[in-house]
Amino acid sequence: MTALGGLGPRDRGDVLEPPGRGRRSRRSGQGALRSTAIAFASTFVFFGVLAWVAVNSSGWPLVQQSFFNGALFAESLPDIAAAFWVNVQLFFIAEILILVLALVIAVLRSIPGPVLFPLRLLSTIYVDVFRALPGVLIIYILGFGIPGLNVEGVPTDPFFYAVIALTLIYSAYVSEVYRAGIDSVHPSQSAAARSLGLSQWQALRYVVLPQAIRRVIPPLLNDFIGLQKDTVLVSYIGVVEIFRQSQITEAAHFNYTPYLATALVFLVMTIPLARFTDWLVARDRRRAAANR
Amino acid sequence: MTSRGDAAGDAAAALRIVGLRKSFGTLEVLRGIDLRLVEHEVVCLIGASGSGKSTLLRCVNLLEPIDEGRIFVEGEEITAPGVDVDRIRRRIGIVFQSFNLFPHMSVLDNVTLAPRRVLKLSRADADAQAFELLRRIGLDDKAREFPDRLSGGQQQRVAIVRALAMHPDLLLLDEVTSALDPELVAEVLSLVRELALGGMTMLIATHEMGFARDIASRVCFLDAGRILEEGPPEQIFRAPREERTQRFLQRVMEAGRL
Ligand SMILES: Nc1ncnc2c1ncn2[C@@H]1O[C@H](COP(=O)(O)OP(=O)(O)O)[C@@H](O)[C@H]1O
Ligand SMILES: [Mg+2]
Repeated sequence: MTALGGLGPRDRGDVLEPPGRGRRSRRSGQGALRSTAIAFASTFVFFGVLAWVAVNSSGWPLVQQSFFNGALFAESLPDIAAAFWVNVQLFFIAEILILVLALVIAVLRSIPGPVLFPLRLLSTIYVDVFRALPGVLIIYILGFGIPGLNVEGVPTDPFFYAVIALTLIYSAYVSEVYRAGIDSVHPSQSAAARSLGLSQWQALRYVVLPQAIRRVIPPLLNDFIGLQKDTVLVSYIGVVEIFRQSQITEAAHFNYTPYLATALVFLVMTIPLARFTDWLVARDRRRAAANR
Repeated sequence: MTSRGDAAGDAAAALRIVGLRKSFGTLEVLRGIDLRLVEHEVVCLIGASGSGKSTLLRCVNLLEPIDEGRIFVEGEEITAPGVDVDRIRRRIGIVFQSFNLFPHMSVLDNVTLAPRRVLKLSRADADAQAFELLRRIGLDDKAREFPDRLSGGQQQRVAIVRALAMHPDLLLLDEVTSALDPELVAEVLSLVRELALGGMTMLIATHEMGFARDIASRVCFLDAGRILEEGPPEQIFRAPREERTQRFLQRVMEAGRL
């Protein structure tokens, strides 16, 4: 077989190996390895050059001093982490309230019939209004406005108003997500349930909602991510959470490093959740394609 | 035809439809349907696509509001104002062309959902009944599977069993084999045949003429929202009186379905 002598090693491997899956996957495996290596090398060079340029530019010492101050970073981190606990509490309490309130609104809006018309109208107005207004405005109005009325028995704790404001803002969006899910379940499902004698509520509860909620988990997670970040907005009404705490530390040292620490906390918290959401979306898409 | 007056007193009829009219917007789909089924009777509805077969069945199950006319089940008017539709639907089973199993539930849960939630059977009793029904159609080993793991024929048989689990007085079947691959049609038809032999009262919309000839005590030819002709299968299929019935059967025969 003199012809083999003229072939490159890779091609010869192809000729000598029996055809089938093994051969194909090995070949693509080698290709993947090479492109990964190239990607690593080019990334390393690219960011290396970028870092070199940054560090050697004339303004670098000043930037390093006010943004990347190692000592201050270490000093401010415990306070910032402690303040972040407030954000975590805000997030979890509001999230639970949002999931419940939004579901109630979505269900109200999707049940037909004249009896519920007033409630349907009310929920429609609510969703329209709260999606139209900037969140900060709502937080201000509730957080300063209501305690400012000085009515007997009305709470004064800003944390309380922060939870209420976030819940109201996000429930408007989340109820629309639920509603899209409910609408996506084919009417024949509901008809099948009703034909068996299930009431409208039972058909919704046992047949429509379980399918609807499963479908909207990825967009719900996207709204979770938004809420996680928007918990800093309540710093405006005096809740000492992570952003407010970093402002306090910044003001004491005239240095921006605490903000960088805060940014780091959010990156660590949010990127995994965002990645997980992307993964879920991709998985659902693959499954939908496989079922077609 | 009996007049409207004595319809209410006709307790012997399992199903009685009087002067039923139904429109979708300006399209009049049912234009005065009169039909009477006695207990244990099997009536097949035949007719071109769009003639109103599905709409008629959906009206009987109160899935569509009707415009005019009255429907009685065992003497009780189910179209009377203020009647509890959920209670009526319990007594009337319907099986659709597209199965409509609940995809998020196992086969077992599909069958037990209504008995548990509507009839308030305990889980143990509902499961026992469901297993018995599934065993009869040879699918008890699929009880824990989800519907998408079953063939079309198996899914449709589960859908029939799901309706039977409510012990309906009347079963409506809407082209239950039309969505199936040809080799899966027989298993579903033989189940329906078994039900007929067991005495189930059924109103069946179908394109399977051979099956209709076999099973029906009476065949109704539906044309543009009216029952144009009805009679025993031998008469309808051998000697149809109406020209439109003849033409319809001619077309069906040319398509190789008779
Ligand atoms: N929900 C609906 N809205 C509007 N038109 C409908 C609806 N359902 C059925 N139709 C129309 O009513 C007619 C009869 O339909 P159908 O009862 O499904 O006939 P068949 O089952 O005999 O094929 C058709 O013209 C169809 O387009
Ligand atoms: Mg039809």
